[in-house]
Amino acid sequence: MTVAIAGAAECDLGKTGLDVLTLQSQAVIRALTDAGLTLSDVDGLATNNIGRFPVIQLAEYLGLRPRWCDSTFVGGSAFEMYVARAAQAIDAGQCSTVVISYASNQRSARSRTLTAAGDEYESPYRPLYPASYYAMVAQRYLHTYGLDRRHLAQVAVSARERAQRNPKAWTYGAGPLTVEEVLAAPLVSSPLGVLDCCLVTDGGGAVVLTSLERARDLPRPPAVVLGCGEMLDHTSMATAKDLLRTGAVESGRTALRAAGLTPADIDVIQLYDAFTISVPLGLEQLGFAAPGEGLSVTTPMNTGGGGLAYCHPGQFGVLLLVEAVRQLRETSAETALVHGTGGIFSSHATVILGVDR
Amino acid sequence: MSEWWEATRDHRLLLQHCDGCGSVQHYPRALCITCGSSDLSFREAVGTGVVDSFTVVHRAGEPYVLARVRLTEGPILLTHLDDIAEPRCDMPVLLAWRPLPDGRHLPVFRSADGL
Ligand SMILES: [Zn+2]
Repeated sequence: MTVAIAGAAECDLGKTGLDVLTLQSQAVIRALTDAGLTLSDVDGLATNNIGRFPVIQLAEYLGLRPRWCDSTFVGGSAFEMYVARAAQAIDAGQCSTVVISYASNQRSARSRTLTAAGDEYESPYRPLYPASYYAMVAQRYLHTYGLDRRHLAQVAVSARERAQRNPKAWTYGAGPLTVEEVLAAPLVSSPLGVLDCCLVTDGGGAVVLTSLERARDLPRPPAVVLGCGEMLDHTSMATAKDLLRTGAVESGRTALRAAGLTPADIDVIQLYDAFTISVPLGLEQLGFAAPGEGLSVTTPMNTGGGGLAYCHPGQFGVLLLVEAVRQLRETSAETALVHGTGGIFSSHATVILGVDR
Repeated sequence: MSEWWEATRDHRLLLQHCDGCGSVQHYPRALCITCGSSDLSFREAVGTGVVDSFTVVHRAGEPYVLARVRLTEGPILLTHLDDIAEPRCDMPVLLAWRPLPDGRHLPVFRSADGL
């Protein structure tokens, strides 16, 4: 592929008191400014989560008439999928400049409604969606590998640690977290407690994609799209045959193969950490560790603090991309793997980004 | 698929069997997800299984044990574990029934230990 991310930015995060379209506008304008572009350059748009016809609402609000759009709605991995679709569209000449954007004001609005499959065979048992699914994955994981809650708690502790270096993080300045604090926090759905779960905040972000050739003439160093992969899975809680086998296997493998890379070639990982269990299992499924050894991976990851400690506005996928771009621009990292998941490991999408060589 | 729910009035847990390829599936659908056939019939499950995983759900009111039970026939059911002090993965369980206000029953599971 010959497409790159030329601009990336967050909207206001935390508890903003702003409406969704205002937050979206912030994200879009800041990402375009970062790219050295303006709204008039944009001819492709991808978003979701704005009531009826999300992408048309955003386009109208921004005064755009895009010739290409995507509004695939599969949970938090959608934004990684938009990168794949946008790269194909730009390569095919369908459009030249795509903005991928997202925002939510779920903390200010005090609501986050995710409709489950409406499954008449599951709702009578009152699962917490999505927490109870991840909890059952965690239970099975701990059982299978002879681990306990203490091991998972370490994931939250490390996330907090990284967030202390990110002034934009929700938990910035909150100081370090201890394993004991994670264990002592109220249980949500055992073995997961409150501090095993991602944050509930406002926030969002946007990235701008254009051809690599054009990106080279823009102010910021391009983050080249090297490969993409995706996989859809289940949406009910009882249909996955094996809780410890997710679509990240195929998604990651496809993306790495397209990039001509292996996990050993990846310098930094941005992995959707909706719950602590997501981290070790995700790293294993993506090929960074053998089964049961995901907690010992040392590759830099979730550098901004992740969904557990930085920001989690309902769908976190776009902010994984923003942070990956930041890492490629500001650190020695030359390759980044971004992996989004949606729902209850329902959807998976992986994007490999690299510096321009 | 009200036939499935109606059977719970008589404490019968139904599973959908494919008349074409013999696959067993849950939840009930209009087609077999293995071969695509629409020739499907319900048969009663034997009512045994093992706990694939579980979680104690803490929300308003009493905590309850949500579980995935892998039935002997193969399919997995989302359900509750009742009266099991210390649930564990892979423990054998037996079908039990919890009445609903309208006369239907909810299939739940109890420990099979000691049987
Ligand atoms: Zn069949």
